[in-house]
Amino acid sequence: MLLIHCPYCDETLPEAEFTYAGEAHVIRPPDPSALSDDDWQGFLFIRSNTRGPHYERWRHFHGCGRFFNAVRDTVSDRFLTTYPAGQPRPALETLTAASEDRK
Amino acid sequence: MSQYRVPGRGRVDLSRPVDFTFDGRSYRGAQGDSVASALLANGVHLMGRSFKYHRPRGAIAAGSEEPNALIGTSRGAGRFEPNTRATMQEIWQGLETTSQNKFPSLKWDVGAVNDAAYMLFSAGFYYKTFMWPKSFWNKVYEPFIRAAAGLGTAPTEADPDQYASRYLHCDLLIVGAGPAGLAAARAAMAEGLRIVIVDENAEPGGSLLSEPQARIDGLPAWDWLDDELAALKAAGVRIMTRTTAIGYYHYNMLALCERVTDHLPSLPADTPRERMWRVRARQVVLAQGALEKPLVFHGNDRPGVMLAGAAQTYLNRYGVKVGNAPVVVTSHDSAWYAGFDLQEAGARVQAIVDTRPHVRDDLMDQARALGIPVRLSHTVTATSGRLRVSGVRVNPVSGAAVGAGQQITCDALLMSGGWTPSLHLFSHTQGKLAWDDDLTTFLPHETREACVIAGAGRGLWGIEAALTDGAARGREVAAALGHPGNPAAVSVENDRPGSGVSQKELPTDRNPGRAKAFVDYQNDVTAKDLRLAVREGMRSIEHVKRYTTNGMATDQGKMSNINGLNIAADALGRPAPQVGLTTFRPPYTPTTFGAFAGYQRGAHFEVTRKTPIDPWAEAHGAVFEPVGQWRRARYFPQPGEDMDTAVRRECRQTRESVGIFDASTLGKIEVVGPDAVTFMERMYTNPWAKLGVGRCRYGLLLGDDGYIRDDGVIGRMAEGRFHVTTTTGGAARVMNMMEDYLQTEWPDLDVWLTSTTEQWSTIALNGPNAAKLLAPLVEGVELTEDAFPHMACIECTVAGMPARLFRVSFTGEIGFEVNVPAPLGRKLWEILWDAGQQYGIVAYGTEAMHVLRAEKGYIIVGQDTDGTVTPYDAGMGWAVGKKKPDFVGKRGLARPDLAAKGRKQLVGLLTEDRSKLEEGAQIVFDPNQPIPMKMVGHVTSSYHSDAAGRPIALALVEGGHDRMGEVVHIPMPDRTIAAKITGTVFVDPENTRLKI
Ligand SMILES: [Zn+2]
Repeated sequence: MLLIHCPYCDETLPEAEFTYAGEAHVIRPPDPSALSDDDWQGFLFIRSNTRGPHYERWRHFHGCGRFFNAVRDTVSDRFLTTYPAGQPRPALETLTAASEDRK
Repeated sequence: MSQYRVPGRGRVDLSRPVDFTFDGRSYRGAQGDSVASALLANGVHLMGRSFKYHRPRGAIAAGSEEPNALIGTSRGAGRFEPNTRATMQEIWQGLETTSQNKFPSLKWDVGAVNDAAYMLFSAGFYYKTFMWPKSFWNKVYEPFIRAAAGLGTAPTEADPDQYASRYLHCDLLIVGAGPAGLAAARAAMAEGLRIVIVDENAEPGGSLLSEPQARIDGLPAWDWLDDELAALKAAGVRIMTRTTAIGYYHYNMLALCERVTDHLPSLPADTPRERMWRVRARQVVLAQGALEKPLVFHGNDRPGVMLAGAAQTYLNRYGVKVGNAPVVVTSHDSAWYAGFDLQEAGARVQAIVDTRPHVRDDLMDQARALGIPVRLSHTVTATSGRLRVSGVRVNPVSGAAVGAGQQITCDALLMSGGWTPSLHLFSHTQGKLAWDDDLTTFLPHETREACVIAGAGRGLWGIEAALTDGAARGREVAAALGHPGNPAAVSVENDRPGSGVSQKELPTDRNPGRAKAFVDYQNDVTAKDLRLAVREGMRSIEHVKRYTTNGMATDQGKMSNINGLNIAADALGRPAPQVGLTTFRPPYTPTTFGAFAGYQRGAHFEVTRKTPIDPWAEAHGAVFEPVGQWRRARYFPQPGEDMDTAVRRECRQTRESVGIFDASTLGKIEVVGPDAVTFMERMYTNPWAKLGVGRCRYGLLLGDDGYIRDDGVIGRMAEGRFHVTTTTGGAARVMNMMEDYLQTEWPDLDVWLTSTTEQWSTIALNGPNAAKLLAPLVEGVELTEDAFPHMACIECTVAGMPARLFRVSFTGEIGFEVNVPAPLGRKLWEILWDAGQQYGIVAYGTEAMHVLRAEKGYIIVGQDTDGTVTPYDAGMGWAVGKKKPDFVGKRGLARPDLAAKGRKQLVGLLTEDRSKLEEGAQIVFDPNQPIPMKMVGHVTSSYHSDAAGRPIALALVEGGHDRMGEVVHIPMPDRTIAAKITGTVFVDPENTRLKI
C-alpha cells in the first residue's frame, strides 16, 4: 500500500485514505462553448498516459477531503512530491534529486 | 518403533506419540512431526498423484516449496482444507488427511492412463488439442478439461473458523529465523528499537535445525540456538513462528499470514484460525535462505526420489531415515553430507554419484572412511520401481560421450542440483536481479525499498558465512535506523561450506525425446516440453512459461524456474541472463481466502445502512432489497401474498387513497453560501437564478461529456441555501463531483457543501388523500393549492417536529416529502401511520415505487439511463437551461455525436399480446432478418400496471422519438414479441391528479 503525503494535513498516510482523480493540470476552459470540437475533445478525453513522472490528482477522501496534486513515477510507483491544487507544476529536475534524498 | 525412526536424532518427542490417519489408515508419529516426516517414519513415500499424468509422487522437499505431497486435511464439518503441504502440516492426535488427484485409490489410479498417452499432453497441448473441431468443444473438450483441472477438491461447506486482521509497525522486520536472520537481529538490536523476526516454520532456527553437528562459539548448534533465542527475547525482539511473509508491497509494507490453530489438536475458544498481519517496517532484512534444485533426469519423480537437503532435514530435525539403502546423485558438495549423515545413522548408502570429474579431497576421504562407494563423472539415466524407487541406472560420462549404464539397487535416491537463493519477496519489490556466472543463478541486486538481503539469499553458503553476513547486514540496517549496531565475531566448527555446478537436464545414452525428466513437478512439465516450446517458436521465457505452464503451479516454480531457464536458454542458444527470469508475485505460498477476507465476511462483508424507519418495516414483515449499501423495504406482503399481489395492492391503495414510503435513503446535500446559486447554475442543467425561495425544481446533473449522471428534486430554502437531493446510489459520487468542481475549477466561489443524507429522515406521502392526512399535523403553512402548490417547499413543523416539507410527486398523485431530523423519523412515521388508518393508508416499498413512477414515465438514473444517455435522448430537453452561458455538460451536448440523428431514445413500449417484457431484452426492427440480427435498443423498465390496465415498459430505441406508433420486435428464446412504440407517460398525461 502506497504512503501519500497530504499537503493540506501535512501528514503521510496510507493509500486507503485517498482516492485517485486522474491527470492533473487539465484545466476546464472558462468558456467551453468557444472551443472547437477538436479542442473540446482534447480537454475531455485525451490524456498523456505518461511512462515515468506523472502529474496527477488525488483526493484525501477519508481525511480533509481536499483535492491535491502529486508527481508519481508510473514505472517505480514512487511519489516524487505532492502539492496543493492550483500551484504550478514543479520542475522535474528538482524532484528527482529530492526523491533520491529520501532513500 | 518403525525401522525408519532413528532414536537420538531429531527434535521430535518420541515419548509423545501422535496418531493420525492418511487415506483412512492410521499411522503413529511423534510430537513435532510433520505429516510428511511421520509418513516417511512409517516407510510411506507415496503421498499423491501428479496433476496431469497422475503419476505416483512422494515428498520431494521438507519445507513449503514442496510441489508433490499435497494433501487434504479435515477436522469436522466445514473444516476441510485441500492442497495442504504435507511437509508443513504438523500432526496432532486425530488429524485426518487424504491424498489428492487419485481415483479410485492412490495406489491404483485410472487417470494414470494420461501418463501412457503423454505424447498427447506435451507442451502447448491445451492450445493444440482442443482447437478443433469446434463442435467438440461443449461435449468433449470442456468436460474433459473440467474433470482434469484443479488440484484437490474444494470444500463444500461454509468455513466456521474466524480469521483475524492486524496491523503491526516496527523499525526492523527480519524474514527468516535461520542463522543469517538471527545474527542480523543480534547485530541490530538496541534500546527502543522494535525488531520482529518471522519464520514460516513451527520453530525458529532455519538450517541450524538440520545441522546439529555444527559448533558455534564453542557450543553445539542447538544449544547456541537456545541461548541466542533467549537473548533476543530478553532484549525485546519479537519472534513469530508459523508465520509466512507472503508479500512485499510498496513502502516496506509486508503481509504476514500467521497460522494460529492448524497445529493444535483441539481448537481454543475465541481464537482465529489464521491472522493476517499488515506490517509497515522502516527497514527489512530478507534472510530467507536458498532452495535446493532437483536434477533433471528420466524418472526423477518416482516416490523415494527427493532432494538431498530434505533427506538431511528429515534425519536431523525429525529423526527419520528416508531409506535404508539410499543413493546420492549430485552436482553440489552439500549432498555429500546428507549421505554421510545417513550412513552414520545406520543406512547403507549404496553410492554417491557426482556429475563432476573432481570433488574436494576431504569429501572423498570421508566417503572412503565411511565405506561409501563414489562415482565421479557419472550421470543418471533412469530409475526403476513403480510406487517407490527400487533402482537407479548410472552411466559414466566422458566429454560428450555417455558410457554404458549400470543398475544400482536402492530404496531412496537423494539428489541435489545446487541451490537457488529465495528471491520471491525481493522480486515483489520490483527489485532488479543480477546474474552470477559462478553460481549460475540470479542474485538480488537493487531495490527501491529499504531492504537488504542476508546469507544464502544472496548466494553465500555455510553457517559461518550466514552468521557473518547476517551480522554485517544487521549493523547496516541499524545504521540506517540511527543506531551503531553491535559487534559480532563468530567461530563455527564442523561447518559445511560447499560449492557445485549447475546443470541442465543430465546427459543420457537414450533418446532424450522419450525421457520423462521433470522440471516442474506440480504441473508435470518435462525438459522435453521446454525444448519443444523453443522449437515451436517460443523465444521469450514468458512465452515458454505460458506455453508449457512451467512455474505456473501453486508453488510458483520455487524448484523449477532456474532449471527451466537453464534448459530453455540452452535450447535457444543464448546465455541465461539474456533469456531472463519470469516474475514472482505474491503470495509466496498459497494462502487461504479466509486469511485475506479476515473479518469482512458474512454480515461484515459490507456495511449495511439502515434508515431510522427500518425497524418499523422489519416489524411489519417487509421484504428487503439492497440498494447500494442500503437495505430498503421492497414490499410489505400480507399473509398469503406473493410479491406481485403485494405490489399491486400497494399501488392500488396509493392511487386510490394514500401510501406512505420511506425515502430516507435519498442522497441529500446542503449547498450553502453567497455563491450557492451561481454554483447550482454551473453544476445542473436547469436554471436556478429565477427559482424563488420556497420553490423546488427537478434537477438534472450531467458530466462534461453531456451524459446524464444523476437527478433529484432541489429546493431553494433561502437565498443562499439549496436542499439538493440525489439518487440513493449516487449520493457519494455527486458529492465528490461537486467538491471536485468547487475545489479545483471554481475555487473563487464562496460555497460550502455538506452531506446531510443521514441527518434527515424523509417520508413520502402520495395519493388523493395525502393532503387531507397531512394538513392537520402541519403548522406554518396551509396545504392548499394556492398556499402550497406543487413544487413548493418550506421549513415548518409537522406533528410538532421541525421539518422541511416538499410538495413533490414521484407517482403522479398529490405528493409530499417530509424531512425531519433523523432520530424523529420513526416517531413521525408512526404518527402518520396511525392518522392514516382512517384513509386506509398503505406502506409501500421500492417495487411499488418503481411501478408508480414508470406509469408516469419518470426515469430512474442507472436503470433507464446507462451513462450514454443525454437529456434529449431521455426526452427531458425541457430540463436544459439553453440560455445559460455554461453548465457542466453544455459543451458536451453540442458534440457532433450527441447532436446526431438516430441516437437511442427513451420511449414507451406496449406489447401487442399484452405480455410483460423482460428488462434488458434486446430490440430489433425486422424479426425476419438473418442472425446475428441488428440490435437497435433494449428494454430498460417493465412492469404490470393496473393503472394502465396492461403491462408497460420503457426502452431505449434508435431514433425512437421519431418512431411513435411503429412496431418493434423483441426476440426471446421461445418466441418473438411485437410491441408498439408509445410515449413514456401511461397514466394521467395531463397531470390532473396532482391538484389538491
Ligand atoms: Zn488531508
